Formats: sequence, structure tokens, C-alpha cells
Amino acid sequence: MFASCADPKALEGISWLVCYLTTGKHLLFFVSFGTVLLLLAVTAPIALALGFGGAMATRSGFAPLRWLGRIYTAMTRGVPDIVFFLFVPIALDQGLEYLRHRIKCPDWTEPVRKGSDFVVCPAAKLPLSSAPEWEHQVYAFALAVVAFAIVFGAFAANVIHGAMNAVPKAQLETADAYGMSPRQTFRRILVPQMWVYALPGLTNLWMILIKATPLLFVLGIEDIVYWARELGGSKTTGASAYPHGDWRVYYFLVLLCFYLGMTRLSELVFARLYRRLSHGQATLAGEQLRKATT
Amino acid sequence: MKTFILGAAALALTAGMAFGADTIRMGTEGAYPPFNFINDKGEIDGFERKLGDELCKRAELTCEWVKNDWDSIIPNLVSSNYDTIMAGMSITPEREKVIAFTQNYIPPADSAYVALKADANLKGNIAAQTSTIQAGHVAETGGTLLEFATADETVAAVRNGEADAVFADKEFLQKIVDESKGELTFVGEPVALGGGVGMGLRQSDTDLKATFDKAITSMKCDGSLDKLIIEYFGEKSKVFGEEGKQGC
Repeated sequence: MFASCADPKALEGISWLVCYLTTGKHLLFFVSFGTVLLLLAVTAPIALALGFGGAMATRSGFAPLRWLGRIYTAMTRGVPDIVFFLFVPIALDQGLEYLRHRIKCPDWTEPVRKGSDFVVCPAAKLPLSSAPEWEHQVYAFALAVVAFAIVFGAFAANVIHGAMNAVPKAQLETADAYGMSPRQTFRRILVPQMWVYALPGLTNLWMILIKATPLLFVLGIEDIVYWARELGGSKTTGASAYPHGDWRVYYFLVLLCFYLGMTRLSELVFARLYRRLSHGQATLAGEQLRKATT
Repeated sequence: MKTFILGAAALALTAGMAFGADTIRMGTEGAYPPFNFINDKGEIDGFERKLGDELCKRAELTCEWVKNDWDSIIPNLVSSNYDTIMAGMSITPEREKVIAFTQNYIPPADSAYVALKADANLKGNIAAQTSTIQAGHVAETGGTLLEFATADETVAAVRNGEADAVFADKEFLQKIVDESKGELTFVGEPVALGGGVGMGLRQSDTDLKATFDKAITSMKCDGSLDKLIIEYFGEKSKVFGEEGKQGC
């Protein structure tokens, strides 16, 4: 990166370290923090939406929809995460490629499955073999987001379902007595009040989601844990101009600080959110807030 | 007239497909120097990178390198996420049940034990990378196998005393022992394992296998493959020599 880094052997102390920490490889490491944050930022709202949808489905008066909601939450919560993360992206990828194969290559006579091989026509590949590497990365990232969102959506569905049941029945009955339709009751009475009950459970889920991000590497995306392991591993002179021993402990220390920092930040944000949502609620926290202001 | 247009369209389509198929995605681990590793710039580098690029040039293919961890390197090949594996993978009958190999581009080479002390117990806890021929060998010869996801971790396990010795390709260990300032040492006799290192392909990809076989033959014939082996693995490493030039 810097001109002075041309000959790392001649460097010492701080200047060696500066050059070492600004190699292309380290820049990729720094970028991977962004990848993780992006995954969190994209996955959390999608999972929340899926959870909301799942909770609504399980409460639905229409039986098949209710079954669908129950099957979704029960299945996803019952299968180990790692199995799910290995299964969903592969199944999704092969499913999409198979669909494209049927549409784009109707004349293709060879079977798609040959022994253990899965081969679709070149035009059906997702992304195409000739596509630049970033398209492959984005595609893999999108599959990862889907897998994370499905798993965490199921847990969120359960939390939100429980929170909806926790809203005092008297509130809903009163709404009914005022002549609100079930839809209006849901939107105006149930949903605004259930968040405060859902928040502790959702906070837990968010924390688990932060910790689950290293599963990204299982899906072929280079996340911070991959780079920490790769960069920290001992390097011989042939493989790197900056040979060093086993430095993994230092890199993992950085990750430790990152994850703890994320946790602290999340706690602060959720504490504020909880306070805000408690205003005017018929809960202990809401009551305390009311007393504090009067 | 109609059939003519259809025919022309089909021709254009197949031509387009052939063009699209010309990019070959080459899978590798990127954690096994000097076979393959990630250099300081963050690019895939090493013997296999150089060899693979040369083979692609000779076969007139456009190649793109893809990183994949060792554990899932074969499953991702058969599900067509990439088209070849060049990751220091030895040709073994077990692997040949699932994937196809080109002829070897590194002759059958030695695996060796490395430990902290010269009298280390080779029947004790032996570290090896998961799903390698070395791991299979340790399990067969009576040592207690400690498996690790990457080769680097197997060496680290010896350094911190978790394992009595590490068993891996001699070429991989050589540089590590040389630069350990006497901390690490080779123990026991080297063991010849496997049928050499070859490029892994899907069994259904017979055309691609023939193409790469031809390119490897041409590099064996003009001696450039031996030269490359010596450049990366040192003067003492096994080369194909005159034997490789048979049938040129």
C-alpha cells in the first residue's frame, strides 16, 4: 500500500507493523467486518418480517395457513442450525438452477443428476460460469441471508406469537366493545402493545444472530473468523513477505473485542427501545415510567 | 424456410452456450503452501496457481480461481459450484469413487512425521488434516488420530503440545521445519502414499478431463512441469524426469 513497504525485510518495529497491517490480505480482513455488519443489517429486518408473518399465520382462523405457520416454526426450530445452513443454500441453489435448466434448455437430453454429479446446462448456471467473481459472492451472500432469515424468522415467529398472547385479554375485549373489527383490533390494539412483550425474546435472538455470523464461512463467504484464522496462522517465507509464527490468539482477541463491543452496543440500544415501548403500557415498567413523570 | 431459421437459431444458441462454458472455475483450498495459499495481496498463489494458469493457457481456456475450504471441496465440485479441484489432492481409490482425476501432475511423493523431539512417539497422538490420505494412514497404523480442518492447525497442535507429531506431505512440512530454528524436526522414515497429486473433476466431465490430460502431458513432455516442481518444492523433490516423457 505504501511505497516504503516495498522491502518488508528491511523494516522494523512500528513501520513493519504498519506495512504488515496494510497488506491486501489485511484490507480484505477489514472489509469482512463490513460483510458481517451488512449481513446483520439485511437479515434482521427480513427475519423479523418472516417472524411476524409466521406468528400471524399460526393465529389465523384459516386452518391450512395455521398448519403452515406451525409446521414452519416447529420444523425450523427443531433442526440443528448447522444442518439447516448446509441444506438450505444447497437445496435453494440446485432448485433454482434446475428450474432455469427446464426453462432455458428444453432440448437438453442428458440427465441433470449423473451419479453424484449435479450438472445443468451452462446457460442455466447461477450465476453463469463466465460471470465476474463479485456476482458469485453476491449470490452466495444472498443465499446466506435467506438461510439466516428462515431460521431466525422461525424463532422470531414463536417469540411474537407468545407476545401476542401476552397482551391482556381485557384490552382486546374493550376494543371489541368499542365496535372495532378484528382487523382494527389487531392493528390498533394488539400489535402496538405486543412489542414490549416480544422485545426480551427478540433481544436474545439478535444476540444469537450476532454470534451465528461465523457460520457464513460454512456457506463459502469469507467472514471475519475465516480471515482471522487465515491471517493468524503461521507463515513461512515462501508464502508471505511477513513471515511469523502462530498469531491466531491476537487475531481472535480482536474478534473477541468486536463481538463484545457489538453486544454492549446492542444492550444500550435495546435498553432505550424498551424504555420507549414501555411508555403508557399496562406493565410494571410502564407503571414505573408513569410514576416517575407524575 | 422455417426449419432453416430454427436451425440457425439453434446453432446460434449452441454457439452462445459453448462460449459461456469456456470459463472454467478452478477450486482450491488456499491454505497449503507451497501448493496453494493466499499471498499478501489476498490472491490465490502457489505451485498449483501457476500450474493451473499454464494448463489453461495451453488448453486455451479462460480460468477463474475459487477458494473453498477443504471439508466441502468435493461436494461443491459435484454440485457444479466450480469445475476442477487443484488443492494438493492425492489420487486415491476412495476419491475416485466420487470424482475423476486427471493424470498426476506431482509424482507420488513422501509424507512425513514432524515433532518437537526426535524420539517422539509415532503411535501417540498424531495430528493430520481431515479427509486426507495422511489422516487415513494414521488411523490404519495405530496412532491416535487428531483431525484438524486446516494443515496450519495440525502444525500448531504439535507446537503447543496437543499432539505428539504431525503427519503431512513432506513438501508442505519442509519449509516449516527449515524455518523453525531447530524447534521442529522430522521423525522416522518418510512414507510414500497415494498415486500422486492430480486435478479433480466431475466424473461426467469427460471432455474437460481429456483437455487437461493433454495439457499436462504437453508440460511433462517439454520438461516445464519438472522445472515448476523444482522451483516450488526445491532441488531434492521428486520429478517425472524421463519416465514422464514416455509416449511423447
